[in-house]
Amino acid sequence: MTGFPLLSLVTFLPLAGVAFILVFARSENPELVASNARNVALMVSGATFLLSLFLWFGFETGTHEFQFVERLDWLPEYRIAYHMGVDGISMFFVLLSTFLTPLCILASWESVKDRVKEYMVAFLVLETMMVGMFCALDYVLFYVFFEGVLIPMFIIIGVWGGARRIYAAFKFFLYTLLGSVLMLLALLALYGLAGTTDVPTLMTTEVPYRLQIWLWLALFASFAVKVPMWPVHTWLPDAHVEAPTAGSVILAGVLLKMGAYGFLRFSVPILPEASAFFTPLVYTLSIIAIVYTSLVALVQEDMKKLIAYSSVAHMGFVTIGIFAMTQQAVEGAVFQMLSHGIVSGALFLCVGVVYDRLHTREISRYGGLATNMPRYALLFMLFMLASVGLPGTSGFVGEFLVLIGTFQANTWVALFATTGIILGATYMLYLYRRVIYGKLVRDEVRVLPDLSGREIAILAPLALVVLWMGLYPLPFLEVMHASVANLIDNYQAALGHAAPAGGA
Amino acid sequence: MYTLTIFLPLAAAIVTGLFGRTLGDRNAQLLTCGAVGVSAVLSILIFNQVALGGEEITVPLLRWIESGPLAFDWALKFDTLTAVMVLTVTWVSFMVHVYSIGYMAHDLSKPRFMAYMSFFTFAMLMLVTADNLVQMFFGWEGVGVASYLLIGFWYERPSANAAAIKAFIVNRVGDFGFMLGIFGAFLFFGTVELDAIFAAAPERAGETFNIFGMEVNAITAICLLLFLGAMGKSAQIGLHTWLPDAMEGPTPVSALIHAATMVTAGVFMVARMSPLFEFSTTALSVVTLVGAATAFFAATVGCVQNDIKRVIAYSTCSQLGYMFFALGVSAYPAAIFHLMTHAFFKSLLFLGAGSVIHAMSDEQDMRRMGGIWRHIKLTYAMMWIGSLALAGIPFFAGYYSKDMILEAAFGAHSVVGQLAYWLGVMAALMTAFYSWRLLLMTFHGKPRADEHVMAHVHESPPVMTVPLMVLALGAIFSGFIGYDLFVGDGRAVFWAQSILVRDGNDSIEAAHHVALWVKALPVVVALAGIAAAYVMYQMAPEVPAALAAGFPRLYRFLLNKWYFDELYDRIFVRPAFRVGRALWKGGDGALIDGVGPDGVAAAVKDVARRVGRLQSGLVIHYALAMMLGVAAFVTYFVIGIFG
Repeated sequence: MTGFPLLSLVTFLPLAGVAFILVFARSENPELVASNARNVALMVSGATFLLSLFLWFGFETGTHEFQFVERLDWLPEYRIAYHMGVDGISMFFVLLSTFLTPLCILASWESVKDRVKEYMVAFLVLETMMVGMFCALDYVLFYVFFEGVLIPMFIIIGVWGGARRIYAAFKFFLYTLLGSVLMLLALLALYGLAGTTDVPTLMTTEVPYRLQIWLWLALFASFAVKVPMWPVHTWLPDAHVEAPTAGSVILAGVLLKMGAYGFLRFSVPILPEASAFFTPLVYTLSIIAIVYTSLVALVQEDMKKLIAYSSVAHMGFVTIGIFAMTQQAVEGAVFQMLSHGIVSGALFLCVGVVYDRLHTREISRYGGLATNMPRYALLFMLFMLASVGLPGTSGFVGEFLVLIGTFQANTWVALFATTGIILGATYMLYLYRRVIYGKLVRDEVRVLPDLSGREIAILAPLALVVLWMGLYPLPFLEVMHASVANLIDNYQAALGHAAPAGGA
Repeated sequence: MYTLTIFLPLAAAIVTGLFGRTLGDRNAQLLTCGAVGVSAVLSILIFNQVALGGEEITVPLLRWIESGPLAFDWALKFDTLTAVMVLTVTWVSFMVHVYSIGYMAHDLSKPRFMAYMSFFTFAMLMLVTADNLVQMFFGWEGVGVASYLLIGFWYERPSANAAAIKAFIVNRVGDFGFMLGIFGAFLFFGTVELDAIFAAAPERAGETFNIFGMEVNAITAICLLLFLGAMGKSAQIGLHTWLPDAMEGPTPVSALIHAATMVTAGVFMVARMSPLFEFSTTALSVVTLVGAATAFFAATVGCVQNDIKRVIAYSTCSQLGYMFFALGVSAYPAAIFHLMTHAFFKSLLFLGAGSVIHAMSDEQDMRRMGGIWRHIKLTYAMMWIGSLALAGIPFFAGYYSKDMILEAAFGAHSVVGQLAYWLGVMAALMTAFYSWRLLLMTFHGKPRADEHVMAHVHESPPVMTVPLMVLALGAIFSGFIGYDLFVGDGRAVFWAQSILVRDGNDSIEAAHHVALWVKALPVVVALAGIAAAYVMYQMAPEVPAALAAGFPRLYRFLLNKWYFDELYDRIFVRPAFRVGRALWKGGDGALIDGVGPDGVAAAVKDVARRVGRLQSGLVIHYALAMMLGVAAFVTYFVIGIFG
C-alpha cells in the first residue's frame, strides 16, 4: 500500500457516518432523531463527494494503469487481498455514486417520515457498497460489495416502498439471486484456475476456450439481470414503481451500471474469446431491448414505469457499445452510462416532485402543469430532451458515440439501434405532453405549487451536469481514452488480430 | 463580430427565458428584438467581408468531442453560402421578432414566446455556420426543438400539442437518415469535418463500401442517407405531413420557421454538401425526382385547401420542391437564390395572412372571409406583392429565381431534368391559381363573416405593418438585385469555393442559352393560372362547386391531401400502440413473468405445499428452488468442462 488511502476513505466514510448516527442520534424525541440523522447523512455524503473529487483532480489521463491503488493482504494463504484502485473506466462511476447520494438524501428530506434514522443508515451503507464495488480490484472483494449493494436496496424497497413493495422486493431478489449464485461459481472456477482472485492478474491469465464459454455465461446471467437486458428486465419496472423516489434514483443511476461495468471489468478482459463468440447474442438482445421496451414504454400509464422501461432501452445502447469494441463505441457506452445515471436519476426526481404533491404516478391524473409549475416544466423539459438524446445534452454524446462506433463494427446493428432515436422521442414527448401540456382542468392539480428551493437545489446541479457533459464532454472523455484503448488492444490481441489502438 | 452575431440571440433567449417574469413583457421584447437586430446589422458586415470581399474564415470555439480518430470542434465557418444564409436568417428573424410584438400583444406569455424565437434564431445560425456534420446536426436538432416548442406554444390546445409532437417525430425519421449519413461518412472518410470530406471526395469517387450487407457506391449511399434528413426537415413528399399541421403555431412562427428559414435547412444542407453530391449522379437524380414530385404534389393540394395558412403551407412545400430539383440538376446557386427570395415573399405572405387573421378575430377559414380589402388596404397591397412574387410575375423577386430554376432544369438535358421542368411548369400554373384563389376568396366578393366580426375588421398597428413593408421591399427587389451575383455572370467569383459544380454539370450556364419559349412558358402559365382563378372565383363562383361535384373522387383525394396522414396512421401510429400493448401485457406480463418469476414463485409454492410445510418463510422457499436450480446447473457445468 502506497500513499494516502483516498479510495478507502471515500468508500468507508459513509460507514463512519452510520456509526455516528447509531451512536449519537438517540433521544426521547423522535423528531430530533430524525432531523439529526438527516443532517449527519447529508453532511457525510456531501463530504464524501468532495473527497471523491480529488480522484478526478489527481487522476493521470495518460496511463491505463490502475491509480490510487491500495493493497493489504487479507487472506494471504488463499492469495486474496484487499485490493482497491480505479482506472479511466471506473473512476467516474465512483463520482457518480458520491454525487447522487447527497442529492438522494436531500430528495428524501420531507417525503420520508417513518424510521428516518434507519433510512439514512441504509443509504449510507448503500453508498459504501457502491463505491467499494467500483473500486474493488479483487474478485472476492468485488463479490462482497456487489452482493452487499443488494441488501440495503432490498430493504429500502421493502420497508419504504409503495403498496406492492413486497412483491417487487421479492421479484428483485429472485432475479438477482439467480445471477449471484452463478457468479460465485464463476469466481470459484477462476480461482481454481489462476490460484488468485486478483483482478489485474486474472486479466492476464489465459482461460481455456471451453471454460471461457461457461464462465462467460455464468457471469452473463448475473450482469444481464443487473443491466437489465431483455428478457430478464421485468423486475425493474416493478422495483422502480414501488421504490421510494431516492431508491429509484440510485437504482437507475448506479445499480443498473453494475452489470455493464461487470462486462467491462470482467467478461471482456478476462474472457475475450467468449465475449467475441457471444457478441451476436448481446447485439440481438440489446436491439430487442431497444425496440421492444420503447414500444412498451409508449403505452405505459404510470410515469415511473415509463421511465423504467426507457432505462432498459437506454441500457441497450450501452451493451451494444461495449461489445462493438471500437474506441468510440466503448467510450460512448461508458459515457452513456454516466449520462443515463444523471438523466434518469433526474427524471425519477421529477416524478418524485409531483408524487410528493399528489401521491399518484398515474399520467392521466396530471396535465397542464406548465401553467402553474413553469420552473418544473422547464427542468423536466431539459431532462426529457436529454433522455431523447438532443445534441447539446449529455444524452446525445453517449448515444452518438455508441452508434458511430458500432457502425464501424456492424452496420446492421447500428441501423436497428438508431431506430431507438425515433422511438425514444415518441414515448418521452408523449409523456411530457400528457403531464405538462394540455388544459389545467383538475382542481387538485391546479393548486400544486411550483418547485421549492430545496427541489431546485436538487435538480439544478443535475441540469448543469447534463449541459456540461453535452457541450464540453472532453474532460470526461479524456479520462477514458487510455483505459479504453488498452482494453480494446488487449481484446484484439487476444483474438489474434492485432489492430492499432482505436482502429475500426 | 462573427461570434457575437451567432451568440447574441442565444444570450437574449437565455436571459428572457429564465428571467422573463422579472424583466416584464416590454423589456423581454426589447431585449430579444435588440439582440437579433444587432445580429442582423452585423450580418451585413459579414456579408460584405465574406461574400463580396471573398474572405473565407473559420472561427474555432472549443474542442467538442474526441474519441480515437473521431474528433471535431465547435466552430463557426463563414463562406459565401453561410454569409447568404446568415443575412437572410437574421433579417427575416428580426422582422418577425418586431412583428411579434404586435401580433402577440394579447398573449399572456410573451417572454416565453420571444425566448423561443431567439433560441430558434441561434440554432439556425449554428446550423448554417457548422464546419462539421455533427455541429450541423446540433443546429438541425436545435431548430427542431424550437419548432416543437413554438408549434405547441399554445399548449392548452390538444391540436397544437399533437402537431408539435408530429413535427418532432417526423423530423426524427429524417434525422435517422442524417445520423446514418454521418456514420457512413465517418466509416468511409474517417472524419466528419466538412473540409476534409470535400478534399477527399474527388479521389475517392466511385469507391464502394459495404453497408447493410450490400456493396454500394459509398458517396451515393452517404448522400442519400443525408438527403433523407433533408427531406424530413424540408417537408419533401413522404415526410411532408408535419408541415401543414405545424400551422397550429402562432403565425409569426409559421412565417419564420415554417416558411423562411428552418424548412430551407435541407436545401442548405444539400448545397453545403455539393462537393459530395456532385460525385453521385444517382443521388442527384433522386434529389431531382423527389423535388419535382413534391413541387407538383403540394401544388395540387394547395388548390383545394380552405384554411388560409394551410394554402400557404402547401405552397411552401411546393416551393421547397423547386429548390430541391434545382439542387438535383446542379443549379445550387439557383436553389439558394430562390431560398433567399422565397424567404422574403413567403414570410411576407404569412405575416400578411397573420394580419388578416388578426383583423378577422382569429378566423382562418377563407370560406368565412371575403370583401374585406377596403378595410385593410395596406395588408391587401402587401398580399398582392407577395402573391406576384410567388407566382413569378416578371420583375418581382420570384420571377428571377423560379424561372432560373426551371430553365436550369430544362438546360440540364437529362431525363429527370426534363421531367422536373414539366412538373415545375404545371406547378407554376397551380401556384398562380391558388395564390389568386386565396386573394379573391379572402379579400373580394361578398363578406361571408358575421356582422360582429366584420365590424371589428381593422388594419394592424405599425409595429406589424412596418416589417411587412420591409419584407415587401425584399419581395420586389431582391431578385433583380441578386440576379447577377447569384446566378448571373458574377456567380463564379461570388460563390468561390463554397459551392462545387463539376464541369459538364453547369446547368446554370446552359439555362442562359435555352430557347425563348422555355423562358416564356412559366410566365404564360402563371398568367393563365391567375386568369383561371379570376374566372372561377370572381366571374363565375358556381364553377368550383360544380367541378368538385363533377369529380368527387379527385376532389376528395386532393382535399384529403392524397391520404398520406390516414395511411401513416394506419401503418405506423396505431400499430405502434397496439404492438406496445401486446408486448407489455403478453410479452412482459404473460410470457416472461408468467414463465419466469411468477411462474417459479407459483411452482415453488405448489411444490412446497405438496412436500410439506417444512418452513414458513417465503424467502427460504425461493432460495430452496434456486439452490435446486443451481445444483442442476453445477452438475451440468461439471459435465460440461470435464466430460
